[in-house]
Amino acid sequence: MIEVRFHGRGGQGVVVASEILANAAFNMGFEVASFPFFGVERRGAPVTAFTRIDTSPIRIRSSIYEPDYVVVLDSSLLKGVDVLEGLKRGGTVFINYPDGRRLPSLPGGFKYFTLDATSIAAAHGIGSKVTPIVNTAIMGGFSRICDDVSLEAMLESILGKAPVKKEENVAAAREAYERTREVSI
Amino acid sequence: MRKVMTGNYASAYGAKAARAEVIPAYPITPQTSIVEKLAEFVSTGELRAKFVPVESEHSAMAACVSASILGARTYTATSSHGLALMHEVLMWASGARLPVVMTNVSRAMAPPWSVWADHMDSVAERDTGWMQFFCESNQEVLDTIIMAYKVCESRGIMLPAMIIEDAFILSHTSEPVDVPDQDAVDSFLPSYDPEMKLEVGKPMGFGSLVRPDQYMEFRYKSMLAMREARDRILSVETEFKQVFGRSYGGLLDEYMCDDAEVALVAAGSVAGTARTVVDRLRAKGMRVGLARIRAFRPFPFQEFRSLASKVSGIAVLDRSYTHGAAGAFFTEIQGALYDVPKRPAMKNYIAGLGGRDITPDVIERIFEDILVRCERGSDPEPEWIDVVGLPRRQS
Repeated sequence: MIEVRFHGRGGQGVVVASEILANAAFNMGFEVASFPFFGVERRGAPVTAFTRIDTSPIRIRSSIYEPDYVVVLDSSLLKGVDVLEGLKRGGTVFINYPDGRRLPSLPGGFKYFTLDATSIAAAHGIGSKVTPIVNTAIMGGFSRICDDVSLEAMLESILGKAPVKKEENVAAAREAYERTREVSI
Repeated sequence: MRKVMTGNYASAYGAKAARAEVIPAYPITPQTSIVEKLAEFVSTGELRAKFVPVESEHSAMAACVSASILGARTYTATSSHGLALMHEVLMWASGARLPVVMTNVSRAMAPPWSVWADHMDSVAERDTGWMQFFCESNQEVLDTIIMAYKVCESRGIMLPAMIIEDAFILSHTSEPVDVPDQDAVDSFLPSYDPEMKLEVGKPMGFGSLVRPDQYMEFRYKSMLAMREARDRILSVETEFKQVFGRSYGGLLDEYMCDDAEVALVAAGSVAGTARTVVDRLRAKGMRVGLARIRAFRPFPFQEFRSLASKVSGIAVLDRSYTHGAAGAFFTEIQGALYDVPKRPAMKNYIAGLGGRDITPDVIERIFEDILVRCERGSDPEPEWIDVVGLPRRQS
C-alpha cells in the first residue's frame, strides 16, 4: 500500500489534489481511497488530505500516520506545521517552492523534490494571480516522482476533475511534470 | 459502472438508482453534498423527481410524510442536529406506516460542537420505529438504499428506513463504487405501489385520533411488521446478490467468527479497520472475529444468540454513550443473551466519540483485553478508550 499525505491551505485545492491522485491510480487499475481531515476549515487555514493506493480493496478506515509521500502545496506551512511527522524513513517530500530560492534546512533521510507550482498555475491562468490554484500542477509533478502513477493517467484524472479550464489545467500539469526536480539538502 | 466517489455521492446515486420521486431536504454538515448532487440530478433531468428546498429538517420529514401518503417514493438525508429536529416527524412516518428512506450521516451531538463521526444521533432515534442500517463502505451505502426501498415498501412491512454512513469517514472519503445498471435496478425494484394512498376524489383520513380501545392494535401491527422485516431484509439481500453479486451479511455480518474464541461487535466504518486487525491477529494464531451490526433495528436478536454459542468472549464497541446506563449496543446485546445456556464474558468499550480516530492499535488492545476477560469474567463497567487528562476508573 502507498500512503500519501497532502498539506495545503483552504482554497488551494488540497482535497481535490488527493482525489485527482486517487482517480489517476484507479484509472491504472489500483484500488484507492482518498479523504480529507475535514473540519470547518476556511480559506487560508491549514488543510490536510490523504490518499491510499493498493492492489487489493482498501478496508482500513483510520487516518494515515506514517505516509510514504508528503506533498506540500504551500511552503509557508514548512514553518508552523510538522509536515514531516511520521514520514517513513527514506520517504519522499514534494514541495511547491519558488524557483531560485534555497529550501530552509530540513532533516536528512528523506528524498526532497520541488516544483514552482504557483508560478506555473499563475502562468496558465488557473485561479487568480494572487491565489493561483496549484493542485493540478502539483499532481502533474507528482506523477514524475511516483513510479506507480503515469502522467497520462494523471492528465486523464485532471480532465475529469477540473470544473473549468480543463485544457489549461492539463497544460499546467504537463509543464509541471517537466519542471519537477530533486534537490539535495 | 465502477467509479470513484464519496459516501455522500453514493447516497445520491442510490436515491437516483431507486428513482426517488420526491426529495425534500435541508443541508447540514456533513450531509450537504448529498443534497447538492441530488439537486443537480433533478435540474439536469437525470432524475425525474420533485426537489423541495425546505426551511428545516422538521419540514423536510413532514414533506416526506405528505408525499409518501400521496404514493410517491420519497428520500431525504440529514445529520446529527437535523435528525434530532426531525424526531417528532420520524414517529409520524413510522406510525403512519410510510416507507420513507433517509440517509443519516452519523455525527456527534453538541455541545461541545463537533461535526465528526459518532453514533449518538442515530442511536438516540432507535425507538422511533425506523429500520436502521449501519454501513461499512460507500458501496454498501448505495446498495442498501436500493434494498431498503424494497424492504420498506413490502405490503406486510410498510415502515421507514434510515441508512447510516459515518460522518467524513464515509461521507467524504472517495473510493471505487459500482453504480448498478439502471435497467437491472428497475426490474429489482418496481415502482412504489401502495395499497392505500391519498387521492383527489377519494378522500380518506390519515393519522386520525384513535381511542384507547384501538391504539394498542396499531402498535401491535407495527411490531409484527418490524418482526417480519427481519426475514424480508434477508430475502431481499439474497435476491440482490443474485442480480448484482454483492451482499453484506444480513442483520449481523460475521467475519471469522465460526471458530473464534472472542468476537468484537461494532457498527459502521470501523468494521473495515477491524477486519484488517482480525487478519493480522489471525496470522499470529489468535482466534478472533468480528460481528458487525448491520441492522440495529430490527435488532439481530437470534444472530447474537447464535454468536454467543460460538465464542467465549464478546467485546462491544459503542461509538456513543447512553448516560446513566452504558453503550446502547452493549446493553441490548447483554439483554439478548440473558438466558442463553452459556453466556460469554462481555465488556463494553467506548471509542471514537466526536470523530476521534479508532486506529488498528485501539482494536488490537480491545481484543487483547477481552481475551483476558474470558478467564477473569465479565467487566460490568464500560471502558472509555484513551480518555486523556482525567482520572481513570480503577478496575
